[in-house]
Order: sequence, then structure tokens, then C-alpha cells
Amino acid sequence: MKEYALFLGCTVPVRALNYEISTRKVADALGIKLIDLEDFSCCGFTIRSINYNASLIMAARSLAIAEENKLDICTLCSACTSFLTEVNKEIKEDNKLKKRVNEDLGSIGRTYNGTVEVKHFARILYDELGTDKIREKVINPLSGLKIAAHYGCHYIKPSEIYNFENPEAPFTLDELIEATGAISVDYENKNLCCGGGILGIDEDTALKMSKVKLESIKDNADAMVLVCPFCDIMYDINQKRIEMRFEENYNIPVLYYPQLLGLALGFNPRELGLEMNRVRTTKLLEKITER
Amino acid sequence: MTPDVKKEKPEIIEFDVLDPNFKYEIAKQPGGEQIRYCFQCGTCSASCPVMRINPEYNPRKIIHMSLLGMRDEVLRSDFIWLCSACYSCYERCPQNVRITELMNAIKNIAVKEGYINESMKKLEEIIEEHGRAYPIGEFENKKRARLNLPVIKEKPKEIKKILER
Repeated sequence: MKEYALFLGCTVPVRALNYEISTRKVADALGIKLIDLEDFSCCGFTIRSINYNASLIMAARSLAIAEENKLDICTLCSACTSFLTEVNKEIKEDNKLKKRVNEDLGSIGRTYNGTVEVKHFARILYDELGTDKIREKVINPLSGLKIAAHYGCHYIKPSEIYNFENPEAPFTLDELIEATGAISVDYENKNLCCGGGILGIDEDTALKMSKVKLESIKDNADAMVLVCPFCDIMYDINQKRIEMRFEENYNIPVLYYPQLLGLALGFNPRELGLEMNRVRTTKLLEKITER
Repeated sequence: MTPDVKKEKPEIIEFDVLDPNFKYEIAKQPGGEQIRYCFQCGTCSASCPVMRINPEYNPRKIIHMSLLGMRDEVLRSDFIWLCSACYSCYERCPQNVRITELMNAIKNIAVKEGYINESMKKLEEIIEEHGRAYPIGEFENKKRARLNLPVIKEKPKEIKKILER
């Protein structure tokens, strides 16, 4: 199986250790080698709206670091994924831009020739391993478990940079969920944004956006599964806050896909960092062991 | 009894204070190139999950104001910062205005004019100091070590240099 440079980004190594641990465990079990490169910093997406040129060079810098190590990039955060993919595509297709970017990279002693590919971990699982192979490795099928897939935005959009699936009707995460034996349920507002992009700007609007989806899921699924640390901040880390602010009660466990897959591969909940999930997963785990 | 109908005073746009060059200024900024293709169909606003919750953010209106040349009103506003960058409008726009990037272009111009949103300013300062949006110090690395995760060292030097250019 292929090797990748693991691009953690800003959020995962501080606020989503459960995602990081479960990803490393699952990757190891499935023979995907993830390599840590210590020079990686922020991908640049964070400052795109205020300093476009700097964000471009920051993304190019990350690509250059992977290239120096002759590795493709595996991302965990969907915003890192879309931004690195987009900048990578622009540099590869536009020689003038490539030249300009390299002039700027030169000032920090780096160059980027355009040889790197960027892929989200879930996409590596879907594309390179495939759901049939995953199914073969499942020793503890999660049959009967009803899961609400949350794709988030940057995992599938802008679709022109990915050329992967129709963002109005995505299906790959549903298939990955079903490969664990669980049922991926349909629900209203499935393609809705979590609101995380404006949490720092207008908290009330952001939390209300998350609330819409929690409302749609509460009677339909045992848990929500997602692939982006910022979506998780909104739905898991902030779920209590949403409940308190709007006097609601959801209590919907939110798992990262590698946590769900890890359970199906036979890892115990601790190995997958499930005790770090804010909304307790105890009842969900009982449901799995009861069968 | 006659119902109490309050007639809203129309907001009249003073044409002599408009800046007709604003749209060209936006079109020159990376991401803003397509602004003049907008024919005001409103698909963006109808698709927008932010507007559904908070009507202060209205992408169609922001584009219209920009095309009219309401430069100050747009650049000084709080509403341009409310885009959550979900790309729903971007995917559906029949004129490929690339609205998510267009909003970024407008915000970039606003920053150059000194109208930066406070929380974005703080975020930029953190990134300049730490090279990442969430600092990683001894505390975070101890927690990582307990979980057998590799130590992460902050490497802000190159990032600082990029931001200073």
C-alpha cells in the first residue's frame, strides 16, 4: 500500500485527538503508511479571506515540503483538503502562477515543481482501498446501527477541483459507512453546512446552523459520522452549548469515520479515543455489543 | 378601524456618490474576476444556508451593491464577513460567478482599506506568532505524549516571513 505524508493542519492535533488516534490505528490496520513531516504548519485556508497572496504561498509551502520528501499528502481536515487541492491544481495548470509562487517560495528557501497529489484520508479509503476490501477486513460488523452521514462542504466542494462526485447527491461516505455493516440513513438537510466557517464571526448564526441538522437527525439515527474536525467542533464539542442556548435535548453521538470503522475492525473504544468524544458514546457502544 | 400600515421609507441610493469602478477593482482581485457575469437571478441567496438563518447576509444583494458601486457600504459592512464558505452558491450559480471566491476577493479589498473583522485579525496574529491557528505548547504536547502521538513543534519562522511580504 502507498505511503503518504500526514497533513494534520491546525485543528486536528489540538482539538481532535480522537480523530488523529483512530486514523493512525485504522491506517495501520489497513496497511496505509502515514508519515509525519515536522515542517508542516497551517495550510493557509484560515487567512485566505484576508490575505490571499500569503495564503497561496502557505499552501504552496506545504506542497513543497511533501515534494521534498517525495510523498503525496493525506489530509484529515476538509478545509485543508480543498485549499491544498485547489492551490495545487492552479499551480499545475498555470505556468505564470507557478513562476510567481516559486519566486515567493524562494525567499524561504523552497521550491514547488507540481508533483504532489492531495487526498483526504476517507477518500484514500474509498479510492485506493475500496469498500469491498474494507468489508473483508471487518470482524465486528455494526449491523443494525443507524448512522447519519455528514459530508460537510469542503470534502466535496468546489466539485470542479475534485472531479469526484456530484455535490448535490454525494454517496461515497454512505458507502464507506455501509462497509462497516451499519445502515446509512437518509435525512433532510443532509448536505447542509455545519456553520463552522463563521463560528468566530457570528456565534449565534453558526450555532443555529448546526442546530438545523441536529434537529433533522435526532429521530432518525443512532449517531452522526463525519470527516472534518471543524464540523465535529460544531456538532460534538458544541452540542451541549446548542442544547443549552436553545433549550433542546439532542444527545446525538458524533463519531469520526475512522472511529466507526475502527470499531468494525475490532479495535476497542479506548484505542479509538472514543472516551474523548463529548457526547457520550456509552449507549451506542452497548447497542453494538448487545447484538 | 383602519389597520396601522406603516409604509417603509424607501432607501434611495444616491447615484453621485457611487463608485462605478468598484466592479473593476473587484475583478482585478484574485477570485473576483467573474463579478460582471452576474444577472441577479438570486440562486445564490436561495441556496445560502447562512441567509436561511440570518438574512443580514444576502449574497445576491452584496453582488448587486458591488455592481452599482456602493463601495464604502460594502467594504465597511459586517455582512461581507458572514459567508461560511460552504460553496452551495458556487456550485449552483448559472453564470459561474464563483461567489465564494468573489466574497474572499471583496474581503481582501476591505482589509486593504483597513476594515478587517476583529476575530479574523486575532486569528492572523495567532498564525503569525505560532504558524498555526491553534498554538501547540508544552501542555498540548504532554497530552499528545500520553496518547503516544508524536510531538509537534511550532515552526512559525517561514510563515511569519510569508505574512510579512
